[in-house]
Amino acid sequence: MSGHTLLHVDGHLVRVKAGSSVAAALRVAGGMGVARTSVTGQPRAPLCGMGVCQECRVLVDGRRRLACQTACAEGMRVETAE
Amino acid sequence: MNGAVQDDHCDVLIVGAGPAGMAAAVAAAPSGASVVVIDDNPAPGGQIWRDGPGVALPPAARRWRDALGRHANIRMRSGTRVVAAPAPGELLLEDAGEATRMRWNRLILCTGARELLLPFPGWTLPGVTGAGGLQALVKAGLPVEGERIVIAGSGPLLLAAAATARAAGAKVLRIAEQASFASVAAFGASLARWPGKAAQAFALADAQYRTSARVVSAQGTTQVESVRLLQRGREVGIACDRVACGFGLTPNTQLGQLLGCALRCAPGGQALSVDALQATSVPGIYAAGECTGFGGSERALAQGTIAGHAAVGNERAARAHEGERARWDAFAAQLHRSFALAPDIRSMARPDTLVCRCEDVPLSALSACSGWTDAKLHRRCGMGACQGRVCGDAAQFLFGWTPPVPRPPLSPVRIATLAGLAGDGDARQ
Repeated sequence: MSGHTLLHVDGHLVRVKAGSSVAAALRVAGGMGVARTSVTGQPRAPLCGMGVCQECRVLVDGRRRLACQTACAEGMRVETAE
Repeated sequence: MNGAVQDDHCDVLIVGAGPAGMAAAVAAAPSGASVVVIDDNPAPGGQIWRDGPGVALPPAARRWRDALGRHANIRMRSGTRVVAAPAPGELLLEDAGEATRMRWNRLILCTGARELLLPFPGWTLPGVTGAGGLQALVKAGLPVEGERIVIAGSGPLLLAAAATARAAGAKVLRIAEQASFASVAAFGASLARWPGKAAQAFALADAQYRTSARVVSAQGTTQVESVRLLQRGREVGIACDRVACGFGLTPNTQLGQLLGCALRCAPGGQALSVDALQATSVPGIYAAGECTGFGGSERALAQGTIAGHAAVGNERAARAHEGERARWDAFAAQLHRSFALAPDIRSMARPDTLVCRCEDVPLSALSACSGWTDAKLHRRCGMGACQGRVCGDAAQFLFGWTPPVPRPPLSPVRIATLAGLAGDGDARQ
């Protein structure tokens, strides 16, 4: 588990420690790791960290996934805001 | 990546690969039964033994993981979640690539617990997480080096979260425990009675630890910039980057409920009801660990071991672990007594504080509702992606409403998975 992983978050190249979650990559990408915009337009970031609250849902390679339960992979494409 | 649903079967299916699920698998395996363990996280270990770049796994976690790997008849399926129970003796599973219809002879539910997250002004700001939530995120690589963090809520998890954050280079400015000094001191004194727990007592002497202290609000424009705390009746403000707030743990009973398992009232909320052999009210279905009531990893290991033996018909081996389980049940009872939530915690949310974060429903919209169904139908509370797991717990705590009855799908699911089922001519959901 040494080394790093390169992936794309909203088109920007992000470098994380190998084995990091997509939630960690969102934080590295900037701010406090905003994942989505709520129904009234508020920015939301991971809350529960364990797959319950769904606040960290993003698109990973085109599929809706929870950032906190998805491990980063080389070349992965993550898109925030639904 | 295809739309078809795969068929699979096993003798013993275990849902959840935390301490309880691992112990259940290791206990059941020597019988020769085919055992499948599924878990929705990327690796086994559950919350307490979550692996990742931000954590050094404790030796016990490694031992249990190694034990899982030694048995050729245990199949571990990480990154897999339960979607529905299409027929008796079957669960519909989904992972990143495909859906599986898994038939089982015995089912052991080790679905764990979630953090009780309660609304307070500013809790929707980016930078607010659960306390256990922060720990989980840091273990999975969330960089917090140099961040100023305030941890609040209740229970020993606050100290564990602080230790994880500090090890990752964060500055923990305050740990605000809502329980009184007398309660916490009594808990600390009792720790000597349980092997391996005495060391935790020293952590209670942390210089930043405050009792009878709770969060009032988090402030910030686009993210957390400061927090206000009430410490023994006095309000203080602390500039910080992150607020991690959790009020203990609530058993995950959704899957058990969906399968018809009876519940009992436990201190942390409703829990799955089990007998001396960890059997639920539904024949063939067992439950172990935090989903039967919050009590820590040692209790989960004992319960899981008993459930694993019982599920393969080895009642004698199961009974041999009853003493161990009783010892940790007593620890759990002490934990619940010491960290019972003060009535004052109910007054944290203001009228404009959002309770349902999926549908952005404020407290004021719920105050006039008669119950959960009314709130759901008329205010859309709990209608969003989390299916009421967060706001349902909050509403139960704030208003005493009976939590929502789970319905399939248990988690957001791909259309292809459901379509694959329907294509098989099975209209049941």
